[in-house]
Amino acid sequence: MDANPGAVSVHLPRALLVLFPGAPSRVEVEAGTVREAIAALDARWPGMRDRLCDSRPAIRRHINVFVDGAKATLDTELRPGGELLVMTAISGG
Amino acid sequence: MASKAKKVFILIGTRKGAFVLSGDERRKDWSLRGPFCETWPVSHVIADPKTGAILAGGGNEWFGPAVWRSDDLGETWTHSSEGLAYPEGQDPVKAVWSLARGPGGLYAGVEPAGLFRSDDGGRSWQHVEGLTNHPSRKEWQPGGGGLILHHIVPHPEDARRLWVAVSSGGVFHTADGGESWEPRNRGTRADYNPEDQRYPEYGQCVHSLALAPGANGRMYQQNHCGMYRSDDAGKSWVSIEPGLPSTFGFPAAVHPRDPETLYLLPLNSDIGGRYVPDGKAAVWRTRDGGKSWRDLRDGLPQESAYLTVLRQAMAADALEPAGIYFGASAGALYASADEGESWSCIARDLPSIASVETLVTDG
Repeated sequence: MDANPGAVSVHLPRALLVLFPGAPSRVEVEAGTVREAIAALDARWPGMRDRLCDSRPAIRRHINVFVDGAKATLDTELRPGGELLVMTAISGG
Repeated sequence: MASKAKKVFILIGTRKGAFVLSGDERRKDWSLRGPFCETWPVSHVIADPKTGAILAGGGNEWFGPAVWRSDDLGETWTHSSEGLAYPEGQDPVKAVWSLARGPGGLYAGVEPAGLFRSDDGGRSWQHVEGLTNHPSRKEWQPGGGGLILHHIVPHPEDARRLWVAVSSGGVFHTADGGESWEPRNRGTRADYNPEDQRYPEYGQCVHSLALAPGANGRMYQQNHCGMYRSDDAGKSWVSIEPGLPSTFGFPAAVHPRDPETLYLLPLNSDIGGRYVPDGKAAVWRTRDGGKSWRDLRDGLPQESAYLTVLRQAMAADALEPAGIYFGASAGALYASADEGESWSCIARDLPSIASVETLVTDG
């Protein structure tokens, strides 16, 4: 993808990538909020929103999203050139 | 004798992915493939006899519920949860617990308890709101496994008729394709209620529900509190516990052709550890609709065997004689190719087994 100064850099966890063959660990999207960024991911890889968000709607309880290093919600705003980090939280056994 | 070309597949849901055992109709040698579904917890794996697809339902703590689908007997998989959600603001669907193919489509039972239907082979789902809207819904209490809809029993011919089993809501039936539902628990106990409330209209902790072949209304259930038979499609139930070593257990498997034959796997008690009595494994079989029972132990461990077999973890195949299979929560899978007379362990160290189903193909 061409570098886009208005885009946000999204980093995706490996456990998610195995569910969507071909999805890269780092992708640029144009979005003003976390919600819009996840919608952009879902448009490119249908079903990805359901893996990251539940129907409350909210980020899933065991998924952590950070915007420029700070814990974020669906409503958190993104800045052009910012970084959105999606991580799997401690879970399971 | 059936053709030698037949293949038998045992579909296994575990805490860490789905597995498939493949064999021929002799059912002596098996090859194991898996784990599938990216090692997600998989509660139930079924074969859709209409399409030959394998479907696996489960839920992952990170990524939520999904139904996985394979059209090549497990080689490749896709997954979807499109529409597999309650309305905004309600507790989200956590996991898929049960799957069934009926003449009315494909069904998925979920936690928290509810039912979804798919008309496109599991690619998208619609909420069967009639069950969630049943006035008793708010009184259903979660059992040890959560508030789960763990058995879906479609009528084999009538697409409008369906039974479901909920822990702990009991058995419910629809005759109009899911618009309206009625409890079907008369005669089944709730020993955990006060003495004068032991036979409520709903709220029983059903563990397993099965429709006998023949479509004459014969059903069986293993309940938290007893084993039961119905001869009127679940409108009323009678206890078939006399002759069994306990009143507790999880799975029930019907014979593929004989409505009088049922397999159970009684565990000692709900407060005694919930493993096979005295640490000796046995499947119990009736040939007369529950009037009498015989324990089947040949080949099963009879010393220090503290097996637990969960609600969806026993199944029969469609061959003659029928094969019977069960999987323990400690990961061993046992098989009988002679209707339960003798047994062997065909997979010893799988992840904790949640469900067992079978598929027989012509080649």
